[in-house]
Amino acid sequence: MKTDSRLEKVFASGNLAVTSEAGPPRGADPEKVKEKAKHLDGYVDGVNITDNQTAMVRMSSMAASVIVKQMGMDPILQMVARDRNRLAIQADILGAYSLGINTMLCLSGDHPKFGDHPTASGVYDIDSVQMVQCVRKMRDEGKFQGGADITKPPKMFIGAAANPFADPFELRVLRLAKKARAGADFVQTQCIFNLDKFEEYMKMVCDMGLDEQIHVMAGITPMKSAGMAKYMKNKVPGMDVPDEVIKRIEGVPKADQAKEGVTMAVEFIERLKECKGVHGFHIMAIEWEEQVPEIVERAGLYPRPEL
Amino acid sequence: MITAEQKPIEEIIEYIAPYDRILLVGCNECVTVCAAGGRKEVGLLASALHLHSLKQGKTVDIKEITLERQCDPEYVEELVSLIDSADAILSMACGCGVQTIAGRYKDKPVYPAVNTKFMGASESQGIWAERCKGCGDCLLGVTGGVCPVARCSKQLMNGPCGGTSNGQCEISPDTDCAWRLIWERLKALGMEKRYIEVMVAKDWRPAGGGGPRRIVREDLT
Ligand code: SF4
Ligand code: SF4
Repeated sequence: MKTDSRLEKVFASGNLAVTSEAGPPRGADPEKVKEKAKHLDGYVDGVNITDNQTAMVRMSSMAASVIVKQMGMDPILQMVARDRNRLAIQADILGAYSLGINTMLCLSGDHPKFGDHPTASGVYDIDSVQMVQCVRKMRDEGKFQGGADITKPPKMFIGAAANPFADPFELRVLRLAKKARAGADFVQTQCIFNLDKFEEYMKMVCDMGLDEQIHVMAGITPMKSAGMAKYMKNKVPGMDVPDEVIKRIEGVPKADQAKEGVTMAVEFIERLKECKGVHGFHIMAIEWEEQVPEIVERAGLYPRPEL
Repeated sequence: MITAEQKPIEEIIEYIAPYDRILLVGCNECVTVCAAGGRKEVGLLASALHLHSLKQGKTVDIKEITLERQCDPEYVEELVSLIDSADAILSMACGCGVQTIAGRYKDKPVYPAVNTKFMGASESQGIWAERCKGCGDCLLGVTGGVCPVARCSKQLMNGPCGGTSNGQCEISPDTDCAWRLIWERLKALGMEKRYIEVMVAKDWRPAGGGGPRRIVREDLT
C-alpha cells in the first residue's frame, strides 16, 4: 500500500469502489457540510469535497474535508490549479495530510470567467498533470517539486478527472495515459450518459493496458428532471447527453421524472459493472446527496466492504 | 507585433482636460499596422479632440507628430524641440513607447491614448489574435507550432482540459482550443507520440516570474 487511503484498500481488495461528492457551502456554517455529508455516511468509500466549484467562492475544500474527516468519513480533497501556485498547492497538501486527509483529486478547475468573480486572474502555474506529478514526487520521493527533501512526506492517494467525451475523442485515452504516467492512481470520469461511447473509450483504455495502471471510476449522475437533462446537454461544456436519455425522462410525467432518473442511474451502473477496466463508480448527485444511498443500494453496491 | 486599441474617447478627454497645449505622438511601427496609433489615427484623434473642445467653447492646441519608433530613445529625442511648447504629451504608441517618453521627458506628464493588448498576428482583415506571451523559453518546437501559454485559456501544458466543445475552447465558441490545434498539428507531422510525454512544470522565471526582464548583448553594447 502506498497510502492509508480507504479508497486504495477497496481497489486492492478487488471490490468496486464507490465515491460521491459534497460541495462546501457559500458561507461559514460547518453544519451545512455535515448535513450533506451525513447522507453519504456508510454508503461510499470517499466523498469528494469540491474546491471553489464552477469558480464560485465557497468554504475551502481543506476546511470542509477536515469537518468530514471529523465525522469519521473519508474526504477526497479536490484541488484546482486555477487558484494556487505550486507553493500554495504543496503547503495545502502538507496541511491536509497533517490533519488526516490521505486522498486527493488534482484538477485544472473551471475558468474564472464562469464563476462569481469573473474579473479574477487564474493562477495556472502548473496544470493538473503537473500537479499529479508533484504530489507523486512528494509521496514517493519525499521531495518538494523544487527538489528539497520533505521531513515527513505526505502520503496521498492521487486522483484526477477524465472526460471521455470531450473532443478530440482519440486524444481522450492518451490524456488518461498521460495522467497515469504522471502518477495518478485513479480517475473519476465526467458524468456518463452515452454508454456506447464510454464503452468504446474503455475498450481503447484496456487495449493500451491502462486498466492495469490506473483505476477508472465511472461518473454517474441521476437526472432530476427533463429540464436538467437538457441543460446538461446544451450548457455544460464537454457533456454528452444523447437524445434517447432526454426522451426517456420526458416520457414520464413530471412528478415521476426524478424517480426515472434514479432508475436510469442504477441501470447505468448495472451495465458498466460488466465493463472491463471500470473499478468503481463516482456518483455525483448534484445538490441531491440524499439520493445517493438508494442508488448505491439498488445497484447492489451496499454494504460497503469492511476493510 | 504588439497590438493596441484606442482608449474610449471620454477617458482620453478626461486625461487632457487640464491642459491647453497637447503634443500628440504616434508611432510608425506595430500600432500603425494594427491601425491604432499611426499617422492616420493621430490625425483622426486630433480632429475628434478639437471638435470636442469647440463644443465646450474652448480651443486646444494639438501638435501632431508620428515617430519612426517610440520605443527607441533615438527617435524619442526628436521631440526635444517641441516639448517646451506642450503642457502634456498624449501618446498613441504601445506601453513601451509611452514609457520611453516618460523616461526621457521627466517633467512632462504623458498619457496613453491606447490600451496595449497583446503580442499577436493578423487572422484576417481587421482581426488580430493573441499568439505569444513572451514566456522567454519558447515551446513551439515541441507543441507543433501552436502556443499553449498564449492560446490555451488555462495555460495547460498537458491539455486539453475536459471543456473543449466542438474543437473550441470552453471560454468562447470564437476561441480555438489550443490543444485541439496542437493535436491536429502533431498528427499532421506524424509526431503523435510526442503528446504522451508529460511536459514538466514550467520555469516561469524567463516569463517574468524572476522580475522585470532585460536582454544584454555584449557584442552590441
Ligand atoms: S511558448 Fe512562450 S515564447 Fe513561444 S510563443 Fe508561447 S509564449 Fe511565446
Ligand atoms: S478548452 Fe482547450 S484552450 Fe480552452 S482551456 Fe481547455 S484545453 Fe485550454
